[in-house]
Amino acid sequence: MPADRTTPNDTTVPDAPDDTAATDPGGPAADGAELIRFDKVTKRFGAHTVLDALDMTVHSGKHVTLIGPSGSGKTTILRLMMTLLKPDEGTIMFNGDYLTHEEKGGRLVPAGERHSRAVRRNIGMVFQQFNLFPNMKVLRNITEAPVHVLGLAKDAAEERARELLDLVGLTDHLDKYPGQLSGGQQQRVAIARALAMRPKVLLLDEVTSALDPELVAGVLDVLRDIARSTDITLLCVTHEMNFARDISDCVMMFDAGRVIEFGPPEQIFTAPEHERTREFLSAVL
Amino acid sequence: MSDISWGLWQLLLKGVWITVQLTVYSAALGAVTAFVIGLARTHRRWLVRFLSGAYFEIFRGTSALILMFWMFFVLPVGFGWQLAPMWAAVLTLGLTYGAYGSEVVRGAVAAVAPAQREAGIALGFSPAQQLWKIVLPQAWPEMVPPCTNLLIELLKGTALVSILGVGDIAFGASLVRNATTQSAPVYTVILVMYFVLAFVLTRGMRAVERQAKAGIGRPPAKRASLFRRAGGGRPATAVPGAGAGATGRGEPR
Repeated sequence: MPADRTTPNDTTVPDAPDDTAATDPGGPAADGAELIRFDKVTKRFGAHTVLDALDMTVHSGKHVTLIGPSGSGKTTILRLMMTLLKPDEGTIMFNGDYLTHEEKGGRLVPAGERHSRAVRRNIGMVFQQFNLFPNMKVLRNITEAPVHVLGLAKDAAEERARELLDLVGLTDHLDKYPGQLSGGQQQRVAIARALAMRPKVLLLDEVTSALDPELVAGVLDVLRDIARSTDITLLCVTHEMNFARDISDCVMMFDAGRVIEFGPPEQIFTAPEHERTREFLSAVL
Repeated sequence: MSDISWGLWQLLLKGVWITVQLTVYSAALGAVTAFVIGLARTHRRWLVRFLSGAYFEIFRGTSALILMFWMFFVLPVGFGWQLAPMWAAVLTLGLTYGAYGSEVVRGAVAAVAPAQREAGIALGFSPAQQLWKIVLPQAWPEMVPPCTNLLIELLKGTALVSILGVGDIAFGASLVRNATTQSAPVYTVILVMYFVLAFVLTRGMRAVERQAKAGIGRPPAKRASLFRRAGGGRPATAVPGAGAGATGRGEPR
């Protein structure tokens, strides 16, 4: 995994006790600076404003959880990050590059397909509905992108896939089609598939919401493991508050398209300052 | 039937061969047309969508028979080159049935969940890779059953070419009938001939469908029969909707 040092005087995301050393050779974020920056990002769906001039920064290696009522714009943030949506106003920077825009002749213009693809190569995403490819067996689901996007040799990709399947506890299932797996197993494959691209940041979009209750724990355990043992940046939308408390460096409370409060989980979950946060937490905890 | 000589029967058999050739060539041209036009109709540039949509509407909306006459009689006047009747027929049938097929391709591609493309984007695939690796393999099994219908219609549609004097089954039949003035045996025999050809096609396409479904991890669809064969001591349980993957095949839309 590429690692990034965290700045000591991080204003957005409080420091975890001394992060691991940087091993990323010369990437733009190698100095541990911010990895993601939303600058006055507005997103509307028709007359409904989902994100309202949102400013947000996430630093390398941090685990950030977005909480808030449905419709508050959490998932929209992840979809903007993955360039599945385009902002109506504002810019998003990732890893020192514009994600939403590119510079052409000294002017910022909306990013073309090629530019977006280059920048988002370091972004991975796990979806609520898994979205595994039903036409490929488990192993190929994981190796397809490393081979055809990163240009990895097939053997190397398969070795990496086997390691990742070991990590998510599914080594026995690599020769099955996704349709033959349970929801929880599919989601763990989806996590392995995203990690196989070695992204700098992993976006987790309500990854347990579509699962039967008894399958949730297995998936969350895998994610806890990843959060603990790697220095990947996590941006996580979830309704699993215990999980959020466990893995997060920073929790951001969203309401009506704005961050109304953020801080370390101890603070947000035990002593929230904002009335809306208290209401929300008493409803979900 | 006995007073029709062997030589005349041979005429009909030769016709079968011509019909098979017409069907194969037209189907090949039609398949290429269907994919090109069908995919163009889902393109992100409106001009591409507009042009391919126009093609679809024009070829769907014109009579294949008149179009064939046009290819054969008008093209030479306008452009100075004369198509052989066989190729005028193949061109007409291929382009017409390709237009129908484009609707099948477009529909099947549109039916693949948008989330599949999103997963492709998240993994860094280019739009072309998303299409070839993710969307088309999933759309393909959905295309096979309606394509079988089109193929059967194309087979039967080849009878049109007898009007241009191409020696297919129908042309052979009219020759034999003229020679012997016996309509009943001749037309009964060629009805059976078309049916046998169509049946062979259906069986072949069923195998294609099975393979396509297996390629995306779906079990080969067993068709639900209303009446299970008795025997084996098992109760005749016909499960409605079993083999759900095969719904819509051959049913009128």
